[in-house]
Amino acid sequence: MFKNLTIGQHYPVESPVHHLDPRVKILMTIIFIISVFFIERLTGILIVLAFLTIAITASKVPVKFVIKGLRPILMIIIITFIINLLMTPGNVIFRIGFLSITEEGLRQAGFMAVRLTLLIMGTSLLTLTTSPILLTDGIESLLKPFKKFGLPAHELAMMMTIALRFIPTLMEETEKIMKAQKSRGADFESGNIVSRAKNLVPLLVPLFISAFRRADELAMAMEARCYRGGDNRTRMRQMVIGKVDYAAIAVFSVYMVAIVLFRILW
Amino acid sequence: MKEYIIRIENVKYKYEKEAAYAVNGVSLNIKKGEFTAIIGHNGSGKSTLAKLINSLLLPTEGKIFVKDMDTSDDSKLWDIRQTAGMVFQNPDNQLVATIVEEDIAFGPENQGVEPSEIRRRVDEALKAVGMYEYRKRPPHLLSGGQKQRIAIAGVLALNSDCIILDEPTAMLDPSGRKEVMETLKKLNSQGKTILLITHYMDEAVLADRVVVMDKGSIKLDGTPKEVFRNIEEIKKFGLDVPQVTELTQELIKEGLDLPPDIIDVKELVDILCQ
Repeated sequence: MFKNLTIGQHYPVESPVHHLDPRVKILMTIIFIISVFFIERLTGILIVLAFLTIAITASKVPVKFVIKGLRPILMIIIITFIINLLMTPGNVIFRIGFLSITEEGLRQAGFMAVRLTLLIMGTSLLTLTTSPILLTDGIESLLKPFKKFGLPAHELAMMMTIALRFIPTLMEETEKIMKAQKSRGADFESGNIVSRAKNLVPLLVPLFISAFRRADELAMAMEARCYRGGDNRTRMRQMVIGKVDYAAIAVFSVYMVAIVLFRILW
Repeated sequence: MKEYIIRIENVKYKYEKEAAYAVNGVSLNIKKGEFTAIIGHNGSGKSTLAKLINSLLLPTEGKIFVKDMDTSDDSKLWDIRQTAGMVFQNPDNQLVATIVEEDIAFGPENQGVEPSEIRRRVDEALKAVGMYEYRKRPPHLLSGGQKQRIAIAGVLALNSDCIILDEPTAMLDPSGRKEVMETLKKLNSQGKTILLITHYMDEAVLADRVVVMDKGSIKLDGTPKEVFRNIEEIKKFGLDVPQVTELTQELIKEGLDLPPDIIDVKELVDILCQ
């Protein structure tokens, strides 16, 4: 049942966006998130939408995949909308009992929902066009300057890599243990939440024991292959900022200038 | 002395103070380019010996030299691990990266090798184990035999002279075992020293030299022919002998005039059909 599991939501096609340096993409995504909270008017939203349309088209990722990314976050968007709708003071336009909807609330809630939607679409585009391993490399490289302040950049990246490597292995193992326990009469499907949670114990205990054993063996194998932390370590794949990156930075700068100009002038 | 890549001098090792010796007085010299198989049943100390050579464990008594470097010398630790690369039993628990070629690059990356040189070594190692077409795959989608070949390639990329394999085929199916053994034979013919720890006799037969361990010490040592003719003794250590050898000796008991040290099916067939 876990055979076709893909980690993250990487959509592997060849496109200029896929070929961007992960560091550039991550930084642009962060600035994009900030920019989304910077807009206050409809024109701003239109500019963000225009930029997203260009980016999604260039990435060759079908729009439905980008929109799919919204699904898990839909509840949060709805809750944010309702809270903003009801909690903003101002000109009351509608009242039921103690609940009142104000003009400002409606505006604020609408903006919040749109902002969140745009934000998720933007970040989905990052994870859709960057493989987890490149993402990790990018994060490691971006965090390097913070090493001076004691941030274990290399260790964090190594942990992420190992986690990514072992998720499918542990999934497979979970499935195996489940089958073994089921064949001995374990029941994972019926009963209420409490008894179901209790029934998970015979699944989790062997899974954890095996995970610790794997960790132990992996540590030894890594040591045998001369692993001694991040110092003096080199990487086979070098990240280089190329023409595509400069082009992307140019497009992104135009977008940022437009956002700021509209905010100031209108 | 130069021709010995590994020298083990009267080594003893125990895991805990109160425990019995897991390795109890082993002396063994391995020549450069030799294909040695160490056999022994569970608890015979053969895996412990492998970890001692790779300096993952340090001898309680005695000395081990890898290319004249003392394994208890801390300053030589990484040179030793580079010289004597190690492949472990469980293929899943020794692959680090999510992409095959990234995993093979792990060793040389740790050594701080130049990126372009890493690329060259990775490609070379992948071709040596016949996995070049799989370089972009995630390891969890490969078969057991393929994963072990990737692990071997990882050691090759370290530029190791000697490859120590701790029961690399124990968790593989017969076709995976065959893949691994063929890879090892090929690497050995290209000059790599191979130290294969196994409990499959048909694998040991393929080696130049067989060392039988029992209760932490070496009981027999010689060419496969020299070792496997001692059927009774080997069985005493809880080990099997190759089926052909056993059949041959049964035939000798029945009065046939055959050499007692046949280890290869073809060899027996040739003699019987004369």
